[in-house]
Amino acid sequence: MGKRTLIDRLAILADAAKYDASCASSGSAKRNSLSTNGIGSTEGMGICHAYAPDGRCISLLKILMTNFCIYDCKYCINRVSSNVERARFSVDEIVKLTLDFYKRNYIEGLFLSSGIIRSSNYTMEQMVEVARKLRVEHNFGGYIHLKSIPEADPALIEQAGLHADRLSINIELPREASLKSYAPEKSGAVIRSAMANVRHGIESRQPDRKERGKARPPRFIPGGQSTQMIVGADQSSDKDIMTTSASLYSGYKLRRVYYSAFSPIQDSSGDLPLIKPPLMREHRLYQADWLMRFYGFEKDEIFEARGDGMLDLDLDPKLAWALERRERFPVNVNRASREELLRVPGFGTKSVNRILAARRHTNLRLDHIARIVRSLKICRDFIETVDWHPSRALDLVTLRDRFVPQPQQLQLL
Amino acid sequence: MHQISLSSETDFEGWRDAARRLAGQGVPPSDIHWSGSAAGGDDLFAAASAPEPATPSGSAPREVKVPKAFIDMAKRVICHRDPARFAWLYQLLWDLQRNCAALTDPLNDAARWVKAADKQIRRDVHKMHAFVRFRKVGEREGREVFMSWFEPDNRIVGLTAPFFMRRFTGMDWTILTPDACASWDGKKLTFAAGADRSQMPAEDAIEDQWRTYYASIFNPARLKVDAMLSEMPAKYWKNLPEAELIPDLIRKSSQRTGALLSAPSTDANIRTSRMSNFFAEEEAIEINSLDDARRAASKCDRCPIHECASQTIFGEGPPDARLMIIGEQPGDQEDIAGKPFVGPAGQLFDKAMTEANVERRKAYVTNAVKHFKFAPRGKRRMHQKPNAGEIDTCRFWLDLERKFVAPDIIVTMGATALRGVFGKAVALKDMRGALTQLDNGTRLIATIHPSYLLRLPDRQRAAEEYDRFVDDLARARSLLWSDAA
Repeated sequence: MGKRTLIDRLAILADAAKYDASCASSGSAKRNSLSTNGIGSTEGMGICHAYAPDGRCISLLKILMTNFCIYDCKYCINRVSSNVERARFSVDEIVKLTLDFYKRNYIEGLFLSSGIIRSSNYTMEQMVEVARKLRVEHNFGGYIHLKSIPEADPALIEQAGLHADRLSINIELPREASLKSYAPEKSGAVIRSAMANVRHGIESRQPDRKERGKARPPRFIPGGQSTQMIVGADQSSDKDIMTTSASLYSGYKLRRVYYSAFSPIQDSSGDLPLIKPPLMREHRLYQADWLMRFYGFEKDEIFEARGDGMLDLDLDPKLAWALERRERFPVNVNRASREELLRVPGFGTKSVNRILAARRHTNLRLDHIARIVRSLKICRDFIETVDWHPSRALDLVTLRDRFVPQPQQLQLL
Repeated sequence: MHQISLSSETDFEGWRDAARRLAGQGVPPSDIHWSGSAAGGDDLFAAASAPEPATPSGSAPREVKVPKAFIDMAKRVICHRDPARFAWLYQLLWDLQRNCAALTDPLNDAARWVKAADKQIRRDVHKMHAFVRFRKVGEREGREVFMSWFEPDNRIVGLTAPFFMRRFTGMDWTILTPDACASWDGKKLTFAAGADRSQMPAEDAIEDQWRTYYASIFNPARLKVDAMLSEMPAKYWKNLPEAELIPDLIRKSSQRTGALLSAPSTDANIRTSRMSNFFAEEEAIEINSLDDARRAASKCDRCPIHECASQTIFGEGPPDARLMIIGEQPGDQEDIAGKPFVGPAGQLFDKAMTEANVERRKAYVTNAVKHFKFAPRGKRRMHQKPNAGEIDTCRFWLDLERKFVAPDIIVTMGATALRGVFGKAVALKDMRGALTQLDNGTRLIATIHPSYLLRLPDRQRAAEEYDRFVDDLARARSLLWSDAA
């Protein structure tokens, strides 16, 4: 077998990387190249340089260093038992590819992941070397996200953290039992203690408030850490998933938990369902995740009326919650607290900020709200203004029907 | 009617000078006609000429003040293509003189227009940052030279050029647009008049790699064309090398997904069996020493707490310590650091130890329960008391620690530690102050847990309790010393 061209290997190693949902390049330290005379900047807000027809942004060069892997995780395209074509990039090839793409303004940086070859430490060393070369030898100021390998030596994670903007360690499946049956070589305990190490790395470098002004310790992953869970490969319920998320967010100060709908892969394992990716379920999980992080919801509230532990696919979780807790509505937009406003279906955090600002000038009427929120259709039945009260709407048994998608009459062929 | 002609379409300084003067004189917005270039004077109803109107004698011009946010916004909005932008900005300036909060009033029309225009500009700028594509032209004095052609909606080259300068400092580049061009040579940012597409080089070899990447990173099973179009509208496609692939990728996606879903499963690859030796089952650890116990405990799954905690926090200290101190369970910080007593309670414990003149490094410090039990609350993990079953299960490890360390004196802190030693519920208040002799001869001093001190709201009471706590620790020390003597 002759050596494949760079383009052939790029096709294989990008294809293998597309199941990682994260493409974030935001929220890192601000830096630019004016002082280094190199290439690259991060200015807080991430930039999506292109969008693929799957609607997902392309912000980073997301590739695997190699798709050879000694693990046999059933859900993964790169598992050892799969018959997909294998390829490998050298450290220098990845560095050159990143710089070539970056200079043409195709990308914000690199998201490097890898199958595990030889050993966890060897693989991690190679990945750290890519980051080091980019930063130190090429003065690269763009974004670097390394998918770290939980089994690798903590000292390597330390080094990775000094060059990378973000480290991620994938939890993969929400329950320990699923991990045992689908990813036998992985262990939840090892993954969690690796995440703990990363949090420890971040916190131990935060300068003491009293010592501000003294020499600052070197930055350690200013973009924080993140993780990913696969949705729909095992039997875990949405509640299992959000329980794990809540515990990860609180324990390891993750910036994000990504939910990745299990998507059919090449040469799929016979042990897993062949399904279309559950995109709506993934979407509802993201909404529930947002409710926990930005809207003051606790996981148990979201699921209190969901007996089977699954989110309602027809309604967004906040609306579904509000329909079950009608005694808390209508909310008076002129008097309610921020916390109460955040619970109104159809109000986002920005709308709430605007309402709070606007009501300092005037008593809000319904047409004021119409100008502030995207649409009145959803929020109207849950709010009270100077000139509007939903009256009996909240008592209607059929209120839910107003919001669910209307069934379509089938046509005769 | 005042006729104001600015020197260019994006002449912010000119607009500001004129607006400051007019607002100072109290000229209402409806009395001004703005135009962006000298050729704008075709309004038949405008005054034939608008010489600098003299300030009416006796009334000095008013000082015109605006929030800083207004100036930043105006600098951007002036780049908008809508001819009404000058007038709306003036209207907002006018409103701001009467209501200094007009900018944040969501119900002010001028503020809404200007903010909407600003939003469009910022989006336009953002998209230009994203969708400019450079092509390499060659090299000049050791620096690579790149060129790009782009067609923004508004006149934003001046707004975007500094971003490209900060990002692509180490290379020479030129961005051509129909309105203006910007260039960077490593030292200076320069601007020139508009250009046209023909000045752009034809191809760049790297574009093939980029197109390969674009096609490969696309997941055909997740086709969502609308989501793509809302962020990358077709108007941008003509200048994006990857966009030519889009129609084909969309057309073939359902066929590709169908092929994946109907593909028969195949036999495992030959490598699989070779790898299985690699992951031979680890042998169970035989526990003959404290280190064996520590290693075995790191894999403990005897009770459900381990499923959420990060790691087992085993005791720490010399294996032949004469003093053993037992707490309740690790907390958030201990769980992260992998060591007992490093969090807030641990710091208080250290302070009390120092005051009692006991060296922590000579004591063996551990917990009755080795994993952190918690409930997530928003961004924090709230400590939860381990239940009796969990404490009793974890006695297995505590007993091993007691066996191998064999201390002369044990200090238990809190009720959980007492249960960990005795295996049944023992009231702390019955034990406090007494010296209890255990079956194996070890003496036990029971005291409170330092986290109890942190929770006491009454300062006076907390100080008293702290002193008692230090006394208990000091008693342990004096016992050790009298033994030694």
